Amino acid sequence: MQPQRYWREIPRRYRLEAGKCRKCGKVFMPPRLICDACRCTEFDMVRLSDKGKVHTYTVIRIAPSGFGEQVPFVLALVDLEGGVRLTMQVADCGPEDVKIGSPVKVEFRKINEVGKSGVICYGYKAVLA
Amino acid sequence: MVGICGYGAYIPRNRIKVEEISKVWGTDAESYKKGLMLEEKSVPSPDQDTITMAVEASRKAVKRAGIDPALIGAVYVGSESHPYAVKPSGTVLAEALGATPECHTSDFEFACKAGTEAMYVASQLVKAGSVKYALGVGADTSQGAPGDALEFSAAAGAAAFLFSTEKDKIVAELIDTYAYMTDTPDFWRREHMHYPRHGGRFTGEQAYFKHVVSAGKGMMAKAGMKPSDFAYAVFHQPNGKFPLRAGKMLGFEERQILTGWLVNKLGNTYSGASPLGLTAVLDEAKADDKILVVSFGSGAGSDGFVFRATDKLKAAQGLAEKTRQMLDEKKRFLEYGTYLKYRKMIIMNE
Repeated sequence: MQPQRYWREIPRRYRLEAGKCRKCGKVFMPPRLICDACRCTEFDMVRLSDKGKVHTYTVIRIAPSGFGEQVPFVLALVDLEGGVRLTMQVADCGPEDVKIGSPVKVEFRKINEVGKSGVICYGYKAVLA
Repeated sequence: MVGICGYGAYIPRNRIKVEEISKVWGTDAESYKKGLMLEEKSVPSPDQDTITMAVEASRKAVKRAGIDPALIGAVYVGSESHPYAVKPSGTVLAEALGATPECHTSDFEFACKAGTEAMYVASQLVKAGSVKYALGVGADTSQGAPGDALEFSAAAGAAAFLFSTEKDKIVAELIDTYAYMTDTPDFWRREHMHYPRHGGRFTGEQAYFKHVVSAGKGMMAKAGMKPSDFAYAVFHQPNGKFPLRAGKMLGFEERQILTGWLVNKLGNTYSGASPLGLTAVLDEAKADDKILVVSFGSGAGSDGFVFRATDKLKAAQGLAEKTRQMLDEKKRFLEYGTYLKYRKMIIMNE
């Protein structure tokens, strides 16, 4: 990943900053320019909860480049408290430990490293609560 | 009045037992368990480093303090395992907390006492009135060469402390500080080397005990206090035996030390060691309890702190996960091969 792209994503990667529509209150992560519910173009920044539940998940056994050493790992859709659903890895567990509905909390983790000399990309992952 | 207004700890869930390491190297596990009082140690996951653990510990500190992180004017991280050789850990931490951009940051290094250095500077900056809140963090994913005695203890963890001068927010008043330092080559790591080297037995009397005991004596003399004045004492804990012996040499009883003595189940978290011990004490302390903290960093030196718990501490204790909870619950035991993989000790193709 290019450092510039990673840098642009820092507010949501580090602090779970989302956009909340000023008119209808719908929350978007990542933030959007136009609300798809009411077409409003004004948003307030809100921080998403670090608590949630596994909506559903899959087990990655053939990983994309940079993630091969982690297989098998769990990739889940997590319903955060407050109603936003995010895709994230579930760390520190085996595939057999995760169930639909498992309570999780969000932790700050390394997502990937660009080789041995590139930038280290941080972000969020879930762990079983 | 200056003191801690929020504190937090982070300990990874992975553990490896002394027996698992001994099995590979043909050493006697019982001698480590008995001689050094070590049973198991924490191991970071492959996606954890000094920065990720510092962020988690600091988020707990902010939660306990109940402050707006944008008001944190200084962020200092002490570690000997900063992920980048050139690029601060503190910028990532401050950004993750939401303390940027009006914030001063710096990374500290002084072997195992880098964490208390960060606390020392953060507390003094607040005391001087330069910033409203300052954060001092000790965090490490410690390195120990495979097969070396250090491999049985080199562990991972982080502790964070927010300092303030606001009397209504302070959970532990900082009564006094003291520093004791000499040039002692007991343990070092040269640039581009993977693992540190040490002087074997030279790390004991001439390094650890000389500095910890001198700093302990100096701290108590400066504060006009004696061992019986303290409810708790926390000493740097490279193994189980050293802090108990140093405490005894200073006139402390084991009951004053054991609350903050985590090393038998945690290992040596280097820059996080005595700071994590302090978080375990703050989880339990009652109003007006006095706490002595003496760190140690090879090279070599010790920082001393005297804290007094306030009546605000009780309400803060339950606002975040406690240190002993992280130490004792949700543990995952690793086999040695997985441990090597997690610590990136296996040679891989690019």
